[in-house]
Amino acid sequence: MKPDPRHYQIAVLAALLAYGLTRLDFEVTRVQAVAMLTTALLTQYLCTRGFLATSAFDPRSALISGLSLCLLLRTNSLELAIVAAVVTVGSKFVIRIGGKHLFNPTNFGIVVMLITGHAWVSPGQWGNVAFFALLMACLGGLVVTRAARSDVTLSFLAFYMGLVFGRSLWLGEPMSIPSHRLQSGALLLFSFFMISDPRTTPDSRPGRILFALLVACGAWYVQFRLFRTNGLLWSLAACSLTVPLINRLLPGRRYEWSRPGIGSLVPTEVAYETTGSDRRSSRGVRVVASHAPGLLRFLRIQG
Amino acid sequence: MCAWSHPTLLAFCGFYVSKADTRLFNKASQVVLVRSDDRTVLTMANDFKGDLKEFAVVVPVPTVLQRGQIHVGNKALIDHLDAYSAPRLVEYFDENPCARPLYELSRAATPAAMRADAALERNAAKSLGVTIEAQYTVGEYDILILSAQQSSGLEIWLRDNGYRIPAGASSVLSSYIKQNLKFFVAKVNLKEQAKLGFSMLRPIQVAYESPKFMLPIRLGTVNADGTQELFIYALTQRGRVEATNYRTVKLPTGMDLPLYVKDRFPDFYRAMFSQQVKKENMSTIFTEYAWDTSWCDPCAADPLSTEELQQLGVFWLNPSSDPTPARANQTRLPVALQPRPQNVFLTRLHVRYDGAHFPEDLVFQETADRTNFQGRYVLRHAWNGTDTCAAAARYRVELTQRRELEAQNLALLTGWSVTDIRSAMKIASPPATPTPATWWQRIWRD
Repeated sequence: MKPDPRHYQIAVLAALLAYGLTRLDFEVTRVQAVAMLTTALLTQYLCTRGFLATSAFDPRSALISGLSLCLLLRTNSLELAIVAAVVTVGSKFVIRIGGKHLFNPTNFGIVVMLITGHAWVSPGQWGNVAFFALLMACLGGLVVTRAARSDVTLSFLAFYMGLVFGRSLWLGEPMSIPSHRLQSGALLLFSFFMISDPRTTPDSRPGRILFALLVACGAWYVQFRLFRTNGLLWSLAACSLTVPLINRLLPGRRYEWSRPGIGSLVPTEVAYETTGSDRRSSRGVRVVASHAPGLLRFLRIQG
Repeated sequence: MCAWSHPTLLAFCGFYVSKADTRLFNKASQVVLVRSDDRTVLTMANDFKGDLKEFAVVVPVPTVLQRGQIHVGNKALIDHLDAYSAPRLVEYFDENPCARPLYELSRAATPAAMRADAALERNAAKSLGVTIEAQYTVGEYDILILSAQQSSGLEIWLRDNGYRIPAGASSVLSSYIKQNLKFFVAKVNLKEQAKLGFSMLRPIQVAYESPKFMLPIRLGTVNADGTQELFIYALTQRGRVEATNYRTVKLPTGMDLPLYVKDRFPDFYRAMFSQQVKKENMSTIFTEYAWDTSWCDPCAADPLSTEELQQLGVFWLNPSSDPTPARANQTRLPVALQPRPQNVFLTRLHVRYDGAHFPEDLVFQETADRTNFQGRYVLRHAWNGTDTCAAAARYRVELTQRRELEAQNLALLTGWSVTDIRSAMKIASPPATPTPATWWQRIWRD
């Protein structure tokens, strides 16, 4: 049986947080980090075993969300940090469509906090050492865990790099500029730990590639046309809204942590059931449209 | 007109100077960035002391500026901002341990300069794809706002009009043109300058509305000789400003230092900054000060008055709400006596850069962080009494250790030799720590 990729992710994120706190002057206090992690776990526990009592308590995803929050979210207020952790993990159980959560929890939590105006993300706080170490760890992770959904990460990186390099080529900028822009720890965290979330990405491979393209274009637009920061986060949150539609047009088998797979395309009519945390909220059976347009059929064949 | 025939084109935020003009090379620029929502007021200061007809400044700007969007400011305001936010020394006096702190302060060295200015003539520019969008004389400056379709056209036009363009500038100009930026070009109008009677060039201020919160530094790195120094004073409503495309870190602060640093504080500040730049591989921007401008603790200079802030371009202030500025040399005021917040937060950023380490323009964001920060270094004067109580004996032992720690701190911060520091402090090297006996030495002791 393949190892659960989340164990590797937790180890990488925890090491990164320790390095960030001690060496990179991350503007997050230890108290804040502990509070966010504890709150994330507690929220997960309450939602699964407490008042919702839907399934077994599994701390791994909540831990990843908590660690990602510590790495990305900055605020002066301990209360807000705690609220962020509750919103992040809570969103998984509250905002659901078709029996699964819609937003990547960390992405949702951060975007909500950004809207409050009292929190921010510091995308520039990564030194070269941290960047390259994280890059190695992330790429290593792909190999070690043979993550089933690395396609979304790799295609997103390819699209985004294409857009950033393409713009610089068009502007006649030296290549040191796009290279510098891509040397961002926040971009890696986003690509390997956020957009790759198998539970919130489309079910089929063509769907995920389309999704990656949408997110990359959105992020580029926010960053280079609107000149706003955090384009990646805004774009992912907005594009997540299209996932149900993408799943409808390009259906695939839903991902389960216990049964990792690439989500091969399902026959035009399929019935499947969900397990684990989805047991309660799922309607169990879903019928997919039987007549997909020609282009989509083509994409399926490619996938 | 021939007086204008060879101005050297200086790019904002650094500058390049032709070889003949290296004598004019100023390595530091000071910029005040006032920003709220999408509105920006940019003030550029310089202490250029060369021949005024010798230089020109070019600043890429996001929009065509109208006459009313350009203003000539007062250098004293930036000097005040500098003095208020500079790293500072604080002194404490030990009290009699047998029977503690008031402090005074001295302030840090202040940075230097920048350059600004420009020159041009209105020509038949259309054929080169260069449009003179506007031209004004503001104070002692002749100002042109140019737009261009091709960098080659702009380059030719600038050369034809007597500007020296360094090799390599063309591609940078080209990328700015494609981003639809305009070029603000200023030179000194000697007649106006003589009429006004200012001996130094005053800062140029421009106000514009654009989502871009950035400083263009690339033109300045094209032909630069070595590194350049840039001080950015960001005045915002919500909180601290940081770069989004480079690391922003705080200067080390709060260390105890040897007393002799008091007389060498500017040296210390320069050495300490260089050492930090080295430590961060020159790829980092340093926060030197972040504080609500209505007060300070301790104050290296009085906080700026509402009027001064308004002159610097802080446009959201209500003139009737001028709080009483805190006084210099004050200690912390009781909360009730603290002046009302002016809702202006100052971030002082300091960066040493060159093209290799800072390939792209600086992009900033305003955060919600209102945590106060200052570069502050502590001098502790020893108690020299003759009392002989047990506490005094203990104090004297601790004092020796403290002196050594101060020497180590200074060496670590500045990279100076700890031996030299000890000798300047007139303290002995600490006795070498005896090497612990190895396990076998502990077996046979004969």
